[in-house]
Amino acid sequence: MLLGYIFWRLVWSVPFFFAASLIAFALIQAPPGDFVTSFAATLAQSGDVVDEQRLEALRERYGLDRPFLTQYLLWISGVMRGDFGISFEWQQPVSQLIWERMGLSVALALGTLMFTWAVALPLGIYSAVRKYTVSDYVLTTVGFFGLAMPNFLLALVMMYVAVVFFGADVSGLFSEEYQRAPWSWAKFVDLLKHIWLPIAILGLSSTASLMRIMRANLLDELNKPYVTTARAKGVSEFRLLMKYPVRIALNPFVSTIGWAFPQLISGAVITAFVLSLPTAGPLLLQALLSQDMFLAGAFILLLCCLSIIGMLVSDILLAFVDPRIRYR
Amino acid sequence: MTNPVLEIQNLITEFPTRNGVFRAVDDVSLTVEAGRTLCVVGESGSGKSVTARSVLQIVDHPGRITQGRILLHRHNTARRQGDEDDIVDLAALPARGPEIRAIRGRDVAMIFQEPMSALSPVHTIGNQIVEAIRLHEAISKKDAMDRAVELLRLVEIPTPEKAIKRYTFEYSGGMRQRAMIAMAIACNPSVLIADEPTTALDVTIQAEIIDLLRRLQQETGMGMMFITHDMGVVAEIADEVAVMYRGQVVERGAPLPIFEAPKEEYTQRLLAAVKRLDEPSPRRLAMRAASPPGATALKVDRLAKHFYLSAGLLGLRKETFVAVNDASLELREGENLGIVGESGSGKTTLGRCIQGVHGTTRGAIRFTGRDGRTTDLAKLKENELRPAWREIRMVFQDPFSSLNPRMTVGQIIGEPLLLLRTHSKHSLRQRVCELLDVVGLPQSAYDRYPHAFSGGQRQRIGIARAIAPEPRVIIADEATSALDVSLRIQILDLLLDLQERMGLSFLLISHDIAVIRYFCDRIAVMHRGKIVETGETEAVCSNPTHPYTRSLLSAVPVPDPRQRGKHVRTRYRADAESAA
Repeated sequence: MLLGYIFWRLVWSVPFFFAASLIAFALIQAPPGDFVTSFAATLAQSGDVVDEQRLEALRERYGLDRPFLTQYLLWISGVMRGDFGISFEWQQPVSQLIWERMGLSVALALGTLMFTWAVALPLGIYSAVRKYTVSDYVLTTVGFFGLAMPNFLLALVMMYVAVVFFGADVSGLFSEEYQRAPWSWAKFVDLLKHIWLPIAILGLSSTASLMRIMRANLLDELNKPYVTTARAKGVSEFRLLMKYPVRIALNPFVSTIGWAFPQLISGAVITAFVLSLPTAGPLLLQALLSQDMFLAGAFILLLCCLSIIGMLVSDILLAFVDPRIRYR
Repeated sequence: MTNPVLEIQNLITEFPTRNGVFRAVDDVSLTVEAGRTLCVVGESGSGKSVTARSVLQIVDHPGRITQGRILLHRHNTARRQGDEDDIVDLAALPARGPEIRAIRGRDVAMIFQEPMSALSPVHTIGNQIVEAIRLHEAISKKDAMDRAVELLRLVEIPTPEKAIKRYTFEYSGGMRQRAMIAMAIACNPSVLIADEPTTALDVTIQAEIIDLLRRLQQETGMGMMFITHDMGVVAEIADEVAVMYRGQVVERGAPLPIFEAPKEEYTQRLLAAVKRLDEPSPRRLAMRAASPPGATALKVDRLAKHFYLSAGLLGLRKETFVAVNDASLELREGENLGIVGESGSGKTTLGRCIQGVHGTTRGAIRFTGRDGRTTDLAKLKENELRPAWREIRMVFQDPFSSLNPRMTVGQIIGEPLLLLRTHSKHSLRQRVCELLDVVGLPQSAYDRYPHAFSGGQRQRIGIARAIAPEPRVIIADEATSALDVSLRIQILDLLLDLQERMGLSFLLISHDIAVIRYFCDRIAVMHRGKIVETGETEAVCSNPTHPYTRSLLSAVPVPDPRQRGKHVRTRYRADAESAA
């Protein structure tokens, strides 16, 4: 049953992927003109002679003179081979530009997700079990504060505090000496030294909301008859809490993994700017501003992929966690 | 008082609320003896469940025991050690401490009413039984698993080795309750507290569960505290009866004297209601004598309803589930027809098909309207059903979830009229107030919300909503099942009242033979989607022809302790019959 379920979810991911890529491509094409036109404009601006033949060659190279669907097929078959096209602004293959930034983005997103869960879930459980006590009120207040505070503002405050009081620069993900260095153990350690602050800043608001959701979910479950049954069996309060209501209250969280991921990456753009993080967000924004459409398209496509994978993972996890889903 | 295992002495359990302290259990004293059954009866809210939960100190927050002792006489149990008396006062133990936890599930075990929600939906049955065993006994997981399989076998679950790996939602209601019992008896408890263990089950399954509990009691000698509101069940199994009313035990004693010569006024009333429900309503008989049922109002002809499910490894195979299989019935003007059957028999689906909520697969529903024209509702599209929906109305089972909590009573009752656009704003209010009057609610109810009303009152609201557009036929799907016996009679009498006034016909769907006997002129017995028997109610009840009807009737507990063990229960196996 479970295998069949996973199989069908996998099969369904394929059309989803193509639909997403089609939309991503349509977005690339949406602005008037094509990038050759804007390339010509840039050349003309800098006083260069615009070589019509070269432009035509470029058009032909990217198949820009062909119908939309043909172009899409060319692009997607390139993507399938790992060729995302050339970044216009950077004059480099897109694939060279995105992987490291995407990697750092995913690392940051994963770290934030884990941080959020590690902090929010225990606090949510605590606040539900001790509902309407002083500690619950304190947590609730802190939670609402965290919810209301924009991430980038917190980032600014933290940077200010760090610079003024500790004399430390907390922006970026690497120390200067490692910025352009190839990956090594030392560079990884350096990353760990820097990444905790953006994680904490990005995680704060979602920690607050997750805490509230966990509290509400758990409060619903705490009075269910199966909890009474377990208590009547003689299960200790803590074990009972963890085994029955918490496990069921976790289900909604598992199902949010899917969209937590892309949300974290696109939601972190402003913060990433403020903290000058070398992640995907700022580059995507820049690519969109300068109409560097293959670069932007690649990012959008990868974000879509991340959501599809995230959804797949969360659906499969949910089927593992909750047998009721499996048999439906 | 030979062998008391559990003695409750002057127990008081209170719930602090905003409006002061509510005393749910008020000075209750009870004794459970080894190998015997104490039945605690009472209507909802009488405090019987809270008493039971107080024993194990698992009363829901913020309830707490404020006074009294709950003595567990361990020297009178199978766990006897030495010759000395070993008495523990459960009420004195801290509710979260290890001492009471060691007693829960081991010395005193409990089973609950709703086996679906009382078991965890995300753990296997085996996991939950093994947990109960390993909490109290230091044995390996594998041994505990073997023991769990044995327990399932003991409670007659087929293929226990496989069943143990299943989840609750893969079990039927009766199986779930059996699994629950297996879990409760896992550590050989001295006392089993059963809190309405059969209320949510069909009568035939109820009879089997009661047989099972009785057998287990004989084998293990455990004392049983059996909480129920069903006097038939009490008559069947009680060695001693305690009647509770508003938190107090009003009467205690052996079943015979209580049933035959109840001393307290409350017990007399309760038993009178039960006895009245056991025979046809004299009011109805008088009404029929005055004006016999008229022409056919509704004729259902070979109606079938199939549901399609996907199955198989990849979900490609389509499975057909036949919910209603060639059902035919006829309802005349001013007549009450009862459809009786167990859960899953298709009686609710049939009702919904007639009302047009579900489309039909085959067959005809010929409805004769007020104007004398007959239309086949099964052929109509949804937007053509409007006139029919005015004339065929529903009353639902659950008076709590069938009323929108965010609408006032006036809005709820007025809604069908609003949809018909027959009334102006002012006349609508007037009409709703009339309806409130008819169903016996004060006009002040108009601006209040459903939560301010009790279960019985809410069902009256539901009835007012149903009769608002002056229908001809009312389908009442288990309309009285959620109510206590005395309320049940009141609601049925109200329906008869309305019948006389408005010339209604009723289709009463119920699993409760007593209700149908009281209220219905004719009965249709449904089993697995088929109507197996129809006829005059009394004729069918006293002389059933179909073996399924016989088994159904024989499973209904008789509220007379003298009948105990006298009537023979027949089991009906459809498979056996179809094989033959």
